[in-house]
Amino acid sequence: MNPVVTRENEALLIEIRDSMSEQVVSREVVVGMSQGLHARPADQLAREARKWQSRIELLSDSQRVDGKSILDVLTLAAEAGTRLVVEATGPDAREALEAIGSLFDRNFNEQERNDGQ
Amino acid sequence: MKFSDFVATDAIRSHVDAHTKEGVIREMAQSLVDAGSIAAGDLESIVKAIMKREDLGSTGIGRGVAVPHTKHPSVNRLVGTVAVSHDGVDFESLDGEPVQLFFLLVSPPDRPGDHLRALENISRQLRDEAFCRQLKSAKGPMDIQHLLEEADSHGVAS
Repeated sequence: MNPVVTRENEALLIEIRDSMSEQVVSREVVVGMSQGLHARPADQLAREARKWQSRIELLSDSQRVDGKSILDVLTLAAEAGTRLVVEATGPDAREALEAIGSLFDRNFNEQERNDGQ
Repeated sequence: MKFSDFVATDAIRSHVDAHTKEGVIREMAQSLVDAGSIAAGDLESIVKAIMKREDLGSTGIGRGVAVPHTKHPSVNRLVGTVAVSHDGVDFESLDGEPVQLFFLLVSPPDRPGDHLRALENISRQLRDEAFCRQLKSAKGPMDIQHLLEEADSHGVAS
């Protein structure tokens, strides 16, 4: 005999399914800093990524790395103009992706420096 | 990029005496002067530039490793060196741990790609915990040089 699914418990089932399934969201970003994704922005990125519960990964043409690890981010050696995909997986994936994406959109608040830095 | 492309082997130090961030940076920069990689007259300016970069955010990237660096117009190619502190130095690292392993880089202002590829190589190799541990327990500069050579021969040249 089939279990009876009422409108009420259907909503409940959807809620349970959503909370158990992992939300995966992604977007493309471009490295806009003339110096590329060097140590300072990699540090900022890892710090931001660690604020979120979701898994944050960065994908280049050849690699998939952990966005919460500065060592991993640096292995991308992403120069100016490089396109990457940021992928967030977990309960706060959307918010995390928005925060990480905004770092790239703002060029990590990096101003062009001519003072040797 | 391999370690041998930018590490001045004569400037490798397996025991730094300094116990402060600036002290270690100065000792490493001096070792680059002694090895002939940078000019003595540029020492102060390079140390100052590296410290200025540290003020923007520590280059202590965790796991007891720091990568102090700067661009400097006095060099026409990327130069760097490696040093180990057995006691560890407070570097205001990401994870708050004292730093034992230092990679210092000085790069020409117009070569951001080389700098990125050196950072890539360092971080890729340092993900190997055994490599990190072996570097930190190196008995002399030759040990470090051999470990770097071994890493170069295993890694994929890029």
